[in-house]
Amino acid sequence: MNEKHTHREPDGAERIKKAGRHVSQSEGLIFEKSVSGKRGIELPPLDVPAVDPAKTLGAEFVRDRVEGFPEVSEIEVIRHFTRLSTWNYAIDLGMYPLGSCTMKYNPRVNEFVARLEGLATEHPLQPDAVSQGCLRIIHDLQKCLLEVTGMDAASLEPVAGAQGELTGLLLIRAYLESKGGARKKILIPDSAHGTNPASVVIAGYEVQNIKSNERGQIDIAHFREFVTDEVAALMITNPSTLGVYEENIAEIAEILHSRGALLYMDGANMNALAGITRPGDFGVDVMHLNLHKTFSTPHGGGGPGAGPVMIKKILEPFLPVPVVAEANGRYALDFHRPQSIGRVRAYCGNFGVLLRALAYTLAYGPGIREATEDAVLNANYIRRHLEDFFDLPYNLPSMHEVVFSDARQKKHGVNTMDIAKRLIDYGFHPYTTAFPLIVPGALMIEPTESESREECDLFIDAMRSIAAEAQANPELVKTAPHSTRVGRLDEVAAARKPVLRWQPKQNLDAQKHLGPHEKTLVVPTA
Amino acid sequence: MRYLPKSQSERREMLDAIGAKSIETLFETIPAKYRLREPLKLPGPLSEMEIIDYFKARAAENSRGYTSFLGAGVYQHVRSVVTDALVQRGEFLTSYTPYQAEISQGTLQGIFEFQTLMSQLTGQEVANASMYDGSTALTESVLMAERITRRHRVLVAKTVHPEYREVLKTYAKHLGLHVEEFGFTASGQVDLSALRTEALNEAAAVVVQSPNFFGVLEKLGPIAEAAHAAGALLIDCVSEPLSLGIVRPPQEADIVALEAQSFGVPPSYGGPFVGVIATREKFVRQMPGRLAGEALDAEGRRGFCLTLATREQHIRREKATSNICTNEALYALVVTIHLCLLGKEGLRELAAQNLSKTRFAQEELRKIPGVALPFSGATFNEFTVEFPRPADEMNQKLLAEKIIGPLALGKYYPEHSKRALVCVTEVTPRAEIERLAASLRKILAAN
Repeated sequence: MNEKHTHREPDGAERIKKAGRHVSQSEGLIFEKSVSGKRGIELPPLDVPAVDPAKTLGAEFVRDRVEGFPEVSEIEVIRHFTRLSTWNYAIDLGMYPLGSCTMKYNPRVNEFVARLEGLATEHPLQPDAVSQGCLRIIHDLQKCLLEVTGMDAASLEPVAGAQGELTGLLLIRAYLESKGGARKKILIPDSAHGTNPASVVIAGYEVQNIKSNERGQIDIAHFREFVTDEVAALMITNPSTLGVYEENIAEIAEILHSRGALLYMDGANMNALAGITRPGDFGVDVMHLNLHKTFSTPHGGGGPGAGPVMIKKILEPFLPVPVVAEANGRYALDFHRPQSIGRVRAYCGNFGVLLRALAYTLAYGPGIREATEDAVLNANYIRRHLEDFFDLPYNLPSMHEVVFSDARQKKHGVNTMDIAKRLIDYGFHPYTTAFPLIVPGALMIEPTESESREECDLFIDAMRSIAAEAQANPELVKTAPHSTRVGRLDEVAAARKPVLRWQPKQNLDAQKHLGPHEKTLVVPTA
Repeated sequence: MRYLPKSQSERREMLDAIGAKSIETLFETIPAKYRLREPLKLPGPLSEMEIIDYFKARAAENSRGYTSFLGAGVYQHVRSVVTDALVQRGEFLTSYTPYQAEISQGTLQGIFEFQTLMSQLTGQEVANASMYDGSTALTESVLMAERITRRHRVLVAKTVHPEYREVLKTYAKHLGLHVEEFGFTASGQVDLSALRTEALNEAAAVVVQSPNFFGVLEKLGPIAEAAHAAGALLIDCVSEPLSLGIVRPPQEADIVALEAQSFGVPPSYGGPFVGVIATREKFVRQMPGRLAGEALDAEGRRGFCLTLATREQHIRREKATSNICTNEALYALVVTIHLCLLGKEGLRELAAQNLSKTRFAQEELRKIPGVALPFSGATFNEFTVEFPRPADEMNQKLLAEKIIGPLALGKYYPEHSKRALVCVTEVTPRAEIERLAASLRKILAAN
C-alpha cells in the first residue's frame, strides 16, 4: 500500500480500522470484448415453420443485423458485470450516510418473494378474476400505509417520489377546481427537496419560495401574510432537509385550511416519523411516501422506486385511475371515476416495488417504531460525537439526519466535497453535499437504523480523522480519493464534449472527425 | 427485530453518550399531543417463513396454470438466470444513484453500455439512462418536443397505446399543451390524409407507435415527411422493442420513446419497467433524465460520470423542465445484461422466432369460420382479430378453458368491441396456439 493510502493520526498512530484499497480489475467495455460468432444464450428450437422475414415483412420494413451489438459468451458476461460490480459502493458493503436518501438495509426476502412464479409472471391486463393475489397485495399494502400515515385513501400508482409529488399537486388542483378555482401558487420553504419546485411547475402552478427563520423553521407570523386567496397549498418537507421537525406544523395546517388552502407534505423523510407520529393526525391533506426509502426497497443504482400518494377523504374522488376496490374479500380495479385526474402511468404502477415494501412492513409490523427510534438514535449519536469537530449551523434537535457545514475546514481550504471524497478512502460512501441549499457547504448525514454501533463508531473515527487531516495536511484531503480505480473525473470536459456512447467501427469511419469519440476505442484502462 | 443490529445494552450506552434519559426525549420536538400512544395497527411482525408463505398464497390466487395471449405493451419472453444472478449482486442492487463517480463506476459503465445498446437498437444517436416506463417516456418526449419547437400542439395517432395517451393527457392538461388525436385506415396504419400541412399547423410533434397498438408496423417515411414539412418533430413510440431485432429502426423519427421490458424484465403485474428516450445528438440538451458520459481523471484513465446535469431538477429548481429524479437503473442493467447475452445473432433469431410463431397463429385463427383479421398492414408479434360476437364474451368462455384470451379492444375503442389483440411470442408453445384455435372454434360453433 502506498504511503498516502494509510490513515494515521497527526501523531502518527494508526488508529482507523476501516480503511483499505478498493479491489478491482481492469475491465473494458463489453463492446470491446466482442468476437463475431459468440453468444451467451441459446433459444429453444422453433416448433412452427420458420418464415422468411424479408418476405413476410416486406423489404421496406426488414432490418439486417443490429450492428454494434456485442457477441460474447455466458462466462464473459458474468465476469464483465461481476467485475463492474466491484467498482461500486453499496449498502451491503457499509454505511451509506446519504442524507435524505435513506439508504437502509434491503432485506433479501423481499427480493425472493418479488421473483416468485405467480407474482413476477403476471400480466397487468389479465382479468381481475385471475389477479386476486396481486390486487390483494396492493390492497394490503395500501391499508398498512394508511395506518402508518393516518391518512384516508391512497393511490399506489406513482412510480417515484417526484411522480408522487406531481400526482399530489394535481389532486390539490382538481379539488380546488371543484370548489370553484384552482388558485395560482404553491408555497415552498427553502428547506424543501429539489424536485418539489419542478413538480409544481409541471402541475401548472407558480412557486413562491419561503425563507426559513434562523431556527430552520417556518416563521408563523410571517407565514400568515403569505397565505392569500391565490395560494393553493404549502408543500413542506417534514422533517425538513435540515433533519428538523417543523414544530408548528399543526398550526400551519390550520392557517392554510382557514384560507381554503391545503397542506402537502413531502414524506421522503418519513423514516423519522413512522410509528411515532402520523401526518394525517397533524393536519396534512396530501403526502407521498418514497417506498424505496422508508420501506427498504433497494435503490438499485438509481431506481426503480415507488411514490404512493396518501390523501384525506376530500381528495378521494380525484385519485388517478385505476383504484383497487374491495368488496366481500374480492378485489377489482375500478376505472369508473368521473372526477379522476386521469392516469399518471400505464397499468398499475411499480407492483414489484410495492410487494417488496409489503414484505418489509410485514416483517416489522408495529415494530416499525423501533426502526424509527434507532434511526434517530444513530443520527443523534453521530451528531454528539462530531459536533466538536464540525460546524453545526442550526443547533436544533435532530431527527434522523444531522446537517453540519464545512465552515471550520474551509479555513484550511478544504470544502465539503473534499471531505466527502476523502471519506471514500476510509471505506464509506460520502454523505450528501448538495442539500439543503440554505446551508452552504453542507454535510448532510443520515445513518439510518441499519447501522450497528460499531459502524457508527467507525464512521465517527473516519470523520474525526479527516477533520485532523484537513488541519494538518489539507492537500491530502483536497486530492482525495486516493484508493479508487479512477480519481476525480474531469466532469467539466465531459459535459463540454459529451461522449454518451461507444461507437462501432463503421460509424466512426463514416465520420470525418473522430473527435471526442476516438478515445472510446482506446482499450487500456486503469 | 432481525433487521435492527443493536442490542438493548448498546442502545442504552448510546443514549448515555448523547446524554438522553430515554429514546422518548429524542422526539420531544414533536408535540406530545401528536405522538402516538398506542402501537400502530399493522399485521406482523412475521418471520421470514411466514412472509414467504403469505406471498406464495397470493401467487396461488393469480393466473397459474393459465395460458395467456396478452401483449399490449407487456410481453412474456425468455429470460436467463444469469441476469437475475448478476443484478442481485449487492453492489448493484443496494447502491444509489451514481453521484459519486469514483465509487460508482460499475453502475456508470453499465449505463454507458445501456445507452450504447439503445442507440444502436433504435438507430438514434443518443439514448438516456432510462425513464420510469414507456408511457412516461412518451409523455416526456412530447414535453421535449415542445421545448425544442416552442410549439404547443401535438398530434397523436389513435393507434398509440391508449394508456400511454391517457398518461400524456394527464401531464399535458396544465401545461398549455393541446393534444389532438387522429385516426387510422383499414390497413390498421395511421391515416396520412389527416396529416396534411394545415392540420399540422404550429404542431410541435406527430406521435405514432410502431408496431402500433394493433400490432401493425407504421410506414414512418411519409409520416416524417409530413411532420418535417410543417416544422414538427416525429416521435415514434416503441412498446415492443424486440421488433427492432428484425424491423428497420425508426431513423426517420426525431425522438424515440421506448419501453424495454421485453429484454429480460418480468411482467410483474405492470412494473417496474424501463422507459428510454433516444434522439438526435443536437437535441440532447433538451432530453430529460440522466446521462452517463465518458470522462478522464487527472492521470488520463478512462471513467464515466453523470453528465449534462444542468438540465436536471436538482440544479434548476423551478426552472426545471422535468421533475424526473429516480429512474430505473437496476432494470436498465437487466436489459443490458440480457442484450449482451443475446448478442447480435440471438436478438435477430429471437425476433425471427416471434415472427414465425405469430404467422402460424394468424393462419390458425384465420381458418376459423367467423374469425377475421381486419387489418392488412404488416405485423410483428401481435395482431388484431375480429369475432362475430363481443370479444369480452369470447374471453369469458376461454377463461373457463384456462386460456387468458387476447385483449378485448372494446375497453379502449368502444366501437370495436368485437376486436381483440392477440400476442404470440417465442414462449407460447405451438400446442397452446392450436388449443386457442380449437377453443375458439368450439365456442363459435356452439352458438
